[in-house]
Formats: sequence, C-alpha cells, structure tokens
Amino acid sequence: MVNSDTAPTLNFRELAGHRLEIVLVGDWVADKQRPSADQVLAMLANETAVRELCFDASGLGLWDSLMLTFLTKIENGCKTMGISVDRGGLPAGIHGMLELADAVPELEGVRRQHPKSGFLEKAGLLGIAFWEETVAILAFIGEAALGFGRFVLGKANYRRVDLFLLVQECGANAFPIVSLISFLVGMILAFVGSAQLSKYGAQVYIADMVGLGMSREMGALMTGIIMTGRTGAAFAAQLGSMQVNDEIDALKTMGFSDIEFLVVPRMLALILMMPLLCVYADLMGMAGGGLVSLYLYDISILEYSQHILARLRFQDFAVGVGKSVVYGVLVALAGCMRGMQCGRSSQAVGMAATSAVVTGIVMIVCADAVMAMVVITLHW
Amino acid sequence: MSKTHITVANLTMAYGNLIIQRDMDFTINRGDIFIVMGGSGCGKSTLMRHLIGLKQPAKGEIFYQNLSFWDASPKVRRQLMMKMGVSYQSGALFSSMTLAENIALPLSAFSSLTRSEIREIVSLKLALVGLAGFEGYYPAEISGGMQKRAGLARAMALDPDILFFDEPSSGLDPISSRLLDDLILHLRDNLGATIVVVTHELSSIFAIGNNSVFLDAESKTIIAKGDPKQLLAECDVPKVRRFLTRGDCGHAYEFQHHGQ
Repeated sequence: MVNSDTAPTLNFRELAGHRLEIVLVGDWVADKQRPSADQVLAMLANETAVRELCFDASGLGLWDSLMLTFLTKIENGCKTMGISVDRGGLPAGIHGMLELADAVPELEGVRRQHPKSGFLEKAGLLGIAFWEETVAILAFIGEAALGFGRFVLGKANYRRVDLFLLVQECGANAFPIVSLISFLVGMILAFVGSAQLSKYGAQVYIADMVGLGMSREMGALMTGIIMTGRTGAAFAAQLGSMQVNDEIDALKTMGFSDIEFLVVPRMLALILMMPLLCVYADLMGMAGGGLVSLYLYDISILEYSQHILARLRFQDFAVGVGKSVVYGVLVALAGCMRGMQCGRSSQAVGMAATSAVVTGIVMIVCADAVMAMVVITLHW
Repeated sequence: MSKTHITVANLTMAYGNLIIQRDMDFTINRGDIFIVMGGSGCGKSTLMRHLIGLKQPAKGEIFYQNLSFWDASPKVRRQLMMKMGVSYQSGALFSSMTLAENIALPLSAFSSLTRSEIREIVSLKLALVGLAGFEGYYPAEISGGMQKRAGLARAMALDPDILFFDEPSSGLDPISSRLLDDLILHLRDNLGATIVVVTHELSSIFAIGNNSVFLDAESKTIIAKGDPKQLLAECDVPKVRRFLTRGDCGHAYEFQHHGQ
C-alpha cells in the first residue's frame, strides 16, 4: 500500500440530462481517511432524479486497490438503483483493472455457503464418520494382512534395500531415545516402590519390583509409546508426503501394490525390531532401578542382580516380548494407515502424523488392557 | 522517479563452493516485463531467489532504485520485500487457509485496513484473477491452474511495485497460459508495475517480454540480453538462437556457419 501527502476528497457536480459527476481529487491510498462508498450511495438514493453517474478524475493523484473496491461498491449500488455508470472519466489504469475484474463473472452457485447444522445433524454426521472410520480401519487391516500373507509366501513385491533401511531406522537409530526413557522409567519405578517398601524394611525387593515391572509391562509399553511418537509419526509423514507428490499413484499405475511395497516392509521392520528394543529397554530399566538401589539404599549391584535373576522367569520376559510384537504391529498399522489416508496438502500431512500418534497410543493402551486380562486369566 | 528500477551489478550466485552463475550485470527498468530465460538448471530460479532477497549473493550487489538490498538494514530490507509480490510455480498457498485467508494474511499483518476493507480487497483480487466467488475454498479443493492464479492474487495483495513470476505457464493449458500472459500485460499496463518472469516458455517470452537475460549453464554467465524479439531477429549466439527457435532454425543456422 502506497503512502502519500495529498488528502483524498470527493465532490459532486450535477450535469445536464440527469447526470451526476463525481469529482475525485488527491491521493486515494490506504493511509488516508477516504470518503466511503456508502456515503455516495446514500446520497444517490436521495437524488432520485439521477439516471447516470460519471467521473472526473483529472485531479486524482495516486491510487491503490482501495480505489478499485470503492468504485466497485458504487457501481454495484448503482446497478441495484437502476443508475448507469460511465467509466470514461477514470484513468486508463483504473478503467483497465475494473474491466479485468469484470472479465470473468462469478459462476452461479460457486460461492460457498456455511449453513448452521443442528444437534441431531451433527450427531448423525459423527455417527456416519465413526462408522466409515471403523470400516476403513478394518479394510486396511484386511489389506495389510493379505499383503503380509503374500510376503510370507514370497510373492510380495518390495525393495529389499528399503526393508534393511527401515530395520535400521526402527532399530539401531531408536537406541538413544529408548535407552534414555527406559533408564529413567526404571529409576522412577525404583523411587516409587522404595517409598512403600522401605516402610517395612523390604528395600531389597526393589529389584524384584523393577525387574518384574520392566519385563512384564513397562519395557514393552514404553517402547511401544516411544515408537509410536518416533516411528509411527514418521511413517505417516513419509507416506502422506508421497501421497501429496503423487508417488503412491505412480506406484499403483506401474502395477505395484502400495500395501506390499510400502506397508508390509514397515510392518515387518517394526515386528522384527520391537522385541529386540523391548528386551533392551527391560535391561536399561533394570539398570536404572539398580542405580537408585545402590545410591539410596546401598544395595550392591551384585545383590540387586541376584535378586532379579532369582525372581524373574523366562515367562516374564516372554510376556513383555509378546506384547511388544503386538505393539509393533499396531504402531505400524496406525502410522501406515494414517499416511495412506492422507489428503493432498501439507496440512493433511501434519494431521496424518498427529492422528498416527493418537491412534497408535489408543490402540496400544487398549491392547495392553486386553492382554493384561488374558495374562491374568491364563496365570502366565 | 528514476527509470531504472533494479540494478544487478557483478552478481555471482553460488551454493557453497558450487558457482551457479558469475559476474552478472543487468538493469531492469520501471514498467519492464523482464524475462529470465535459459535452459534447465542454468540458475533462473536461483536468480529469482536472489532478486527477492531469499538468498544472499556470493559476490556483487542488487540495487532497488539505487538502494543496495544487502547493505540495507534488516528493517529497510523488510520494507523493500513488502513492495515485491512473488507468484511461485506451484502457487505456494497455505493449505490450512482458505483462498480469502491466504490473500488477507499480508493485508491484515502489514496494513491498517479494517476487516471490511480487507474483505473487499480480497474479493477484488480474486475477481482480477478470474476467481470471483472462490473466497471460501481451500487450495486442495481447486485445480493447479486456479491455485496458481490464487497465488498471484495473494502476490498482488499489497499492491506491489514489482511482481515476480516463477514459471507462470508451467502446468497450464495453452488457453490458461495465454490468459495469464494477458493478465501480466494488464498488470504492467494498468498498475505500472515492474514484472520479472522466470520462464522457458517461448510463446510467453515473445508475447509479454520487452527485456531479458539469457543464462548459460555451461559458461555460467549471461550470454545474451535485450528484447527477446530483437534477440530472435539479431542475436548470433548459437545457443540463444537454438533456444529461441526451439532448436530447428538454430541447427540450420549453426550448419550454415559451419558450412561457411
């Protein structure tokens, strides 16, 4: 927007033949207090004799888009009042721009209306959306299962190098964050447990508690949640960006199955790496608990380790590892599904990544609740 | 007001140690439609990034009305950038905003206009690019050509002095491409804006350009400048002739020269 010094003014001059001339003077730019089109239209509404409006812009200095909107508003008002407008006196630039704005008239029905919907309509729409979402999830799980079946039969079309890269990405590259979180979770378990156990002089059982807690539950759960935030979101963003760039369409038109080429390797990478990360997280958590035991209660590392070895059974590790495989499948499914469902905009990619994390965490927690009941019922 | 609008002096563009173009000198006059042309990978878009202040030159200066862009304070640079409108190849619209919100964004941030004035300007700008009534649409809901035009409407929001276009015709059908060319001419003629167009579309180059530079990827410098129509008639640099004649006459021309 232009800045200038001459104040914009507007005068009326009555001409013969029911013509009214608007005399535009000064610089009509954004930083000035300009006469409004509403004032002009109010005046025209009172002057019922006026049949034609024309302009004298010989004194007009600078002008910008606001001059164009001012004139457009006057022209539209004149149209409804049955007054014809002669643009002849306007500068060539303004004339040209107004003609350009009129060149492509608004298409009928193109303007978007936003009718307000009632409670029932909203509830109905939510119900339909929930049903469609459920069907989409089930369809995706079915397609992924079929794709995985073809992989097991050796018929899946995918790039082996992609699988190795994904294994590295889901496995080795996740070590630092898994180490940190698991170590801290082990310490927290030890702190919380020791507060109760020390009341009965049973601090030595911190080892049992941390060992069992990490191996049966927290190791797998924390790894699952870390991988949802780290890898599930990355899967959704990768596949979403591929959707935006038409890469997935290109794959399909070349005859590849998007599920076999993109989803199955990601699922496989997580299924392979999650158990290893889980065992690693268990050990890191136990190390964290050991550190707390050593510094707070003077329990030696040897004593702590002996307690853990005496208390833990292979079964305890197996329960945690089994859960981690399930979590791996869920994280991969959530990430890939949201990525494949992604719209074709950068905003949609962000939403896909967010949705992948939310879906993954909800699925993990639900699955954990179900598995906890199964494990208790079966006395594992 | 001086006739020269942009002066590029001894400009060298580079990514790290990789020089893209060196020792470029040219001027763009007020009201020019200036074409930056050359083969793929010669640095056309990189030159535009330098001109709009997104990339600092490895060497040399860019002056806007005798004011050195990179020697100016950040505040002055920002003011200079506000006088530029850029229409990107893909439209570069913000996907989370409607077309109206995209165009209103610079107006609400950098002007003191009221909401209703902004709404009116948004409608006007959309009408100017043939998108009247599309205020409430999101970029993902309209075609690529429409996105491009909406991007131009956003570029024009603050009534810029200089408009930059990056490959305006790419991905457009011939009719839309012609309409966009007409629109560029309209904007120059009616607003008096200086227009810089990065393109290798010959039909557009000849239809709208009155001044140009030709960048060469091999020698990494400008090998021709001037009115594209004049270059077609008079330039005897084989690469430029091949480019401007789509290779056909260029070969014949080169062949004649070799024959002689």
